Amino acid sequence: MADYTLKIRRHIPETGDAPYWAEYPVDLEGHRSVLDGILQAKDRIDGSIGIRCSCQAAICGSCGVRVNGRARLACNTKLSEAAERADDGAITVEPMGNMPVLKDLIVNMDAVHWKKVQRVVPWLLPAGDPPEREYVVPPEAMIDVTQAMACIHCGACVSDCLSMEVDPLFIGPAALAKAYRFVGDPRDSQDEERLRDLAEDPHGIYDCTHCFNCIEVCPKGVAPMDQIMRLRRRATRDFDIKDQNNGYRHEHAFTSIIRKKGTLDERKLLQDSFGVLRPQGQLQLIRSLPTGLRGFARGKITPRKALFHEKLPGVENLKRIYDHAEDHHEELNLYIVGEGGENGAEDGQAHPRVSDEPAMAETPKEGS
Amino acid sequence: MPEHDVLVIGAGLAGQRAALSAAHSGASVGIISKVHPVRSHSNAAQGGINAALNPEDSWESHAYDTVKGSDYLGDQDAIEIMCREAPDELLELEHMGVTFHRNPEGLLGTRAFGGASAARTYYVADITGQAILHVLYEQLMKHSEVHRYEEWFTTGLALDESGHCAGAITRDLRDGSMELFKAKSVILATGGNGQCFRPTTNALICTGDGISMAYRVGAPLMDMEMVQYHPTTLAGNGLLITEGARGEGAHLYNALGERFMEKYAPNKMELASRDVVSRAEQVEINEGRGFPDGTVALDITVVPRKRVHEALREIVNVGRDFAGVDITKEPIHIKPGNHYVMGGVKTDVDGQTEVPGLYAAGECACVSVHGGNRLGANSLLDTLVFGRRAGAHAAARASDMVLNPPSEALLADEQQRIGELIRRDRGAARRVSELREELGTTMDRHCAVFREAEGLQTALDTIRRLKEEYQGVAIDDRGSVFNQDVLGAIELGYMLDCAEATAIAAIHRTESRGAHFRTDFPERNDEEWLKHINLTLGGEGEPHISYSPVTITQWQPEERKY
Repeated sequence: MADYTLKIRRHIPETGDAPYWAEYPVDLEGHRSVLDGILQAKDRIDGSIGIRCSCQAAICGSCGVRVNGRARLACNTKLSEAAERADDGAITVEPMGNMPVLKDLIVNMDAVHWKKVQRVVPWLLPAGDPPEREYVVPPEAMIDVTQAMACIHCGACVSDCLSMEVDPLFIGPAALAKAYRFVGDPRDSQDEERLRDLAEDPHGIYDCTHCFNCIEVCPKGVAPMDQIMRLRRRATRDFDIKDQNNGYRHEHAFTSIIRKKGTLDERKLLQDSFGVLRPQGQLQLIRSLPTGLRGFARGKITPRKALFHEKLPGVENLKRIYDHAEDHHEELNLYIVGEGGENGAEDGQAHPRVSDEPAMAETPKEGS
Repeated sequence: MPEHDVLVIGAGLAGQRAALSAAHSGASVGIISKVHPVRSHSNAAQGGINAALNPEDSWESHAYDTVKGSDYLGDQDAIEIMCREAPDELLELEHMGVTFHRNPEGLLGTRAFGGASAARTYYVADITGQAILHVLYEQLMKHSEVHRYEEWFTTGLALDESGHCAGAITRDLRDGSMELFKAKSVILATGGNGQCFRPTTNALICTGDGISMAYRVGAPLMDMEMVQYHPTTLAGNGLLITEGARGEGAHLYNALGERFMEKYAPNKMELASRDVVSRAEQVEINEGRGFPDGTVALDITVVPRKRVHEALREIVNVGRDFAGVDITKEPIHIKPGNHYVMGGVKTDVDGQTEVPGLYAAGECACVSVHGGNRLGANSLLDTLVFGRRAGAHAAARASDMVLNPPSEALLADEQQRIGELIRRDRGAARRVSELREELGTTMDRHCAVFREAEGLQTALDTIRRLKEEYQGVAIDDRGSVFNQDVLGAIELGYMLDCAEATAIAAIHRTESRGAHFRTDFPERNDEEWLKHINLTLGGEGEPHISYSPVTITQWQPEERKY
């Protein structure tokens, strides 16, 4: 029996007192979950500790909390791993961020999360009357949207979304992933309307800053940021919807420069992202001059670098990677990573592109 | 105080389906749930939903499999309705937006499931319940005319002076305020009572609330002795490994490496009905052919890896996160574990209980379509078909009547009862958690896969003692905002009622049928026991036992072989 200490952020609104930390000893083995620990403290020490929980199996989405500062499901976070990451030996458990606290670890998801979900018109809008039998749709399309369907609305991504911290009106990762569930669903007839709406909203799909937090904290491999990027790509590619932030041009410029040179050429990136021939682009280029000048002043940009950007040796290998990826033009996705053949599903982790950090956090210890 | 034509209590699949159907029939509808609807335990239904939709399949075949699965205790008129209506129900879900798996032609695709003579289980990876639950909730968000009361806890049903159900007394968890909801029809859709057992695959919220509340206002409970142990649950925490794993081809082995189902069900092997597979596993374990941790092995490595990642994704996660096993590389240890209650509040095929105005649907109800043993992927179907029917009937009933409101005194009494519980000093009383723990381990020990008179009596004696102790139970939380402590205490009261009913009915049924196996009466006895046991609240807390016949339409009882 290992002993752990849980340091829980308590807040009992009717007392009028400020939130405070309280420590609870937990007498459980390390493979048991942080939720098991909290429930033990509730059962044995203080029944007034507030936490939503139900399934204890990471499927109901009730027990989203912050463990050691990161949003997690308490039920699929092992005590031993949480303890390893704890600063002073005590595992800290506090309510999720970006949402008002109602009591202890219970936050008001209606006021934030569900309101945002409601914002994306979260129901299927098919054209006309339904067919007599089922809608006939490609099997891949259903598997594709199943990644977004796998969302359990635990709020972890909402909690740790940096954009939402800065702009509380941001529709946010969970709701936008929900939006992709309809945009990606061939039965839905309102793709363009949905995309236009989400692109034109200043707090919509272009409000995401690619911080990857949502991908890292999602316990279900939904990868909300990927769903947002898909919404952006669909908006530009299928409906030529203007990205007010040049995001699409920027992404395109970025990848084509890397492909050609193997390393980033900032000078060219600026030109290509803004577009030297676009009047608006010229204006933005001029506005970015002070940044460039500061670069000169600090020696980050030299005249040589600015004028003759060199290719990285071995760039032809990079080109082969690009070609391979394009030949297989299949987006990596939770439910089809297993199809990659050779070693696509080797780590069994939801999201292959960020397999290092979160995969470590989830991999159980030998012999547990 | 809220007033609706139809009040639905519980917002899992049965409740949401009932609410949508009642609203569709033109009723004003309120739906109450002690958790946010998407937290409901319907989420946990992984494998799929049965329907004879393929032209080669037939509803009769589905119905026969269900009757046989039920060990002939299921009512065949109700089973016929469920199986006939299954294809339309499935298509309606598809049209609403459920992302069902497609075959290469883009049509709905199936997987095989236990006890079924055709592959008729439709699914969304292994998150079928979650996918349907979330799509129904999408519809609730769309139909804002359905009033949602999320995180409201029901503490009791309210009858009018003529004994008709006319509402419910509830507590808003967010601020502790209490309300008397008034309604012309009330539908219980509160799920099962798996928390009476420990371990269980059931979520913490599955505390038999509706079963107990209905019983307390005089509705009979039926088939309460019929408790399903699922063949593949993790030892210790009881987490579920979907039957879909075996549907995809996984095998069961004992510690000697024998594929033991050959002995018990040579034709269907791992896909025999759940009671048969669970019993086989338990025999292997009891006779020393299990692993030291009291388990046998489920080998999913025989399923192609790509298929596992596509169709059993959640099980990969459960194995990794909760058992430390990569199921694509090695077998996982499993054992039978408490999973489902076939019994519940006795209803007719429209969800009506014997208390006028009170309906029940889903796991808390007993129509009875599952009889002695439920087939995998029939529970989602049950919740949806009978949820819809109950909603429509309750709405029709409400449309031609005026509300006869229950007395406000009911609310005052309930406020006082709960207020006293919150303020009570602990004294020498044991904690709610200790009573709950003792109840759960007792039930799992004596009311599980194998039962006998002495053990069942021990269980009943323990439950009665716990009931007495419960009278003095005290809690820590004196607050009003999210007082989960008082909620837990009230839930324990519900659980004790359900457990008592299970033990009494199990003692009473002196034969073996379906999930109810008596080692002291190992044979099925159709002459005496082809009937349902009904329990009604009697004087002095002692239930009154009566019987109702099993409805047989076209399938006479036969010996059951898989």
